[in-house]
Amino acid sequence: MYAFSYHQPKTVRQAASLLAKNEDGKILAGGQTLLPTMKQRLAAPPALIDLGKVEGLSGIELKGRSLVIGATTKHVQVATSEIVKQAIPGLAEMAGMIGDPAVRNRGTIGGSVANNDPAADYPAACLALGATIITNTRKIPAEQFFTGLFETALEPGEVIVKISFPIVSKAAYAKFRNPASRYAMVGVFVAKRGSDIRVAVTGAGSNGVFRATALEEALKKRFSPKSLEGVSVSADGLNGDIHASPEYRAHLIGVMAKRAVTAAIGK
Amino acid sequence: MTHSNDPRGASRRDFFKISASAAAVAPVVASTALHAQPEQKPDPFAPVEVDLVVNGQRRRMALDARTTLLDALRRHAGLTGAKKGCDHGQCGACTVHVGGKRTLSCLTLAVMVREPVTTIEGLAATDGALHPMQQAFIDHDAFQCGYCTPGQIMSAVACVKEGHAGSADEIREYMSGNLCRCAAYPHIVTAIQQAKTQMEG
Ligand SMILES: Cc1cc2nc3c(=O)[nH]c(=O)nc-3n(C[C@H](O)[C@H](O)[C@H](O)COP(=O)(O)OP(=O)(O)OC[C@H]3O[C@@H](n4cnc5c(N)ncnc54)[C@H](O)[C@@H]3O)c2cc1C
Ligand code: FES
Ligand code: FES
Repeated sequence: MYAFSYHQPKTVRQAASLLAKNEDGKILAGGQTLLPTMKQRLAAPPALIDLGKVEGLSGIELKGRSLVIGATTKHVQVATSEIVKQAIPGLAEMAGMIGDPAVRNRGTIGGSVANNDPAADYPAACLALGATIITNTRKIPAEQFFTGLFETALEPGEVIVKISFPIVSKAAYAKFRNPASRYAMVGVFVAKRGSDIRVAVTGAGSNGVFRATALEEALKKRFSPKSLEGVSVSADGLNGDIHASPEYRAHLIGVMAKRAVTAAIGK
Repeated sequence: MTHSNDPRGASRRDFFKISASAAAVAPVVASTALHAQPEQKPDPFAPVEVDLVVNGQRRRMALDARTTLLDALRRHAGLTGAKKGCDHGQCGACTVHVGGKRTLSCLTLAVMVREPVTTIEGLAATDGALHPMQQAFIDHDAFQCGYCTPGQIMSAVACVKEGHAGSADEIREYMSGNLCRCAAYPHIVTAIQQAKTQMEG
């Protein structure tokens, strides 16, 4: 790990101004991704701006018909929150499937969304639920936020403050975990709000999280796992690696989508 | 001996509460100094003040900001119980409790820590009586080489306290972050089941 200067701002404004002053500096939230990346020297930020002391960035609340989660809220808090379990139970379950308990005790929603790992879980939830990512300067719809592998619409100096999820009538996540890393080999988040049905896929796309429109169309006829029978997903643009070929991942998308729809109907 | 009616267990917890609030008000000198002169380029090699409460003892150290909690414990506090397996968050050998929650000390910078830390060295009672989880690991031969054991035990104690030791399947799921190269897994599960009845009994 290369040396860096360490900063502990107390407000989002201070964090943003420290980011502006320290070119190539990075926000440090749970550190569960950034620190191993720095140890591997894949990242070498000259400054780390730790959000740990910033007041009011962590927490979960209902605001009208939306569930609002602060950026430094830990995965374990989302997984165990009664508010989340009531409002969007599929989101609480998803958070409880991230990594292992120690990772969930420190990893944050803001860090996961900002990092946009192509196998991370939150990007799928944000895209399927139609979340809005709220930063210190603007509101970004999930649709425009996740722009590619580890790429987001965040500008240099921008800090995620909270994420707002509209409450949907039905939602669930099904994940085929890599047994070693526990990241998604394929993860499918399904959400239904009135006639709006969204199916978001993580772990599979060679350009990161995406919506499976063919599956969405099939589910519009009837929101049932039966509607997905015979609907095939193309392997074009899917990842192939030592764990699974693009064809296998394409097959898994169909299987996981059915499981997610079954689970969503049961909620 | 069951842990829950051990009076020393209670007083240790109370002490943690007090030291937690003491640690919370202690200023982190280096970062304040950095803020006082934002115009100057901060020196990344300047040591930062780390103020930890480990196993009930306050430890103040001036460290390179890169120092992980694991290295602070092993190299600077002389507590070599927590082990370095992968140093990348994958094996769980470095698991300690921070504010009572299991935490990978290799993926936590020492400067980030604001709550009291418990390591394997702080688990036994002050008279040396082993924690029920430690005894259960011995009773069930839940290790071979022992390298993963401190992490397994810290994780196992948290697993029971979180209420995630209801069945063997649940234990396996909630212990999934702790790898054992010797594959003592079946015995680890039975050890946790024994300790659970004692911890809750
Ligand atoms: C063993 C292991 C297993 C894992 N398994 C999974 C898994 O199954 N599924 C999964 O989804 N994830 C998994 N993760 C990743 C985990 O969820 C991380 O917690 C998460 O990706 C990053 O969150 P963090 O708070 O630790 O962020 P950090 O590591 O602190 O930061 C990550 C990045 O986000 C930026 N950032 C953080 N917060 C903000 C903010 N508020 N505004 C702007 N930028 C910000 C940082 O600058 C950095 O670039 C795993 C990690 C480990 C170590
Ligand atoms: S040494 Fe920390 S998880 Fe392996
Ligand atoms: S006992 Fe050898 S690694 Fe677990």
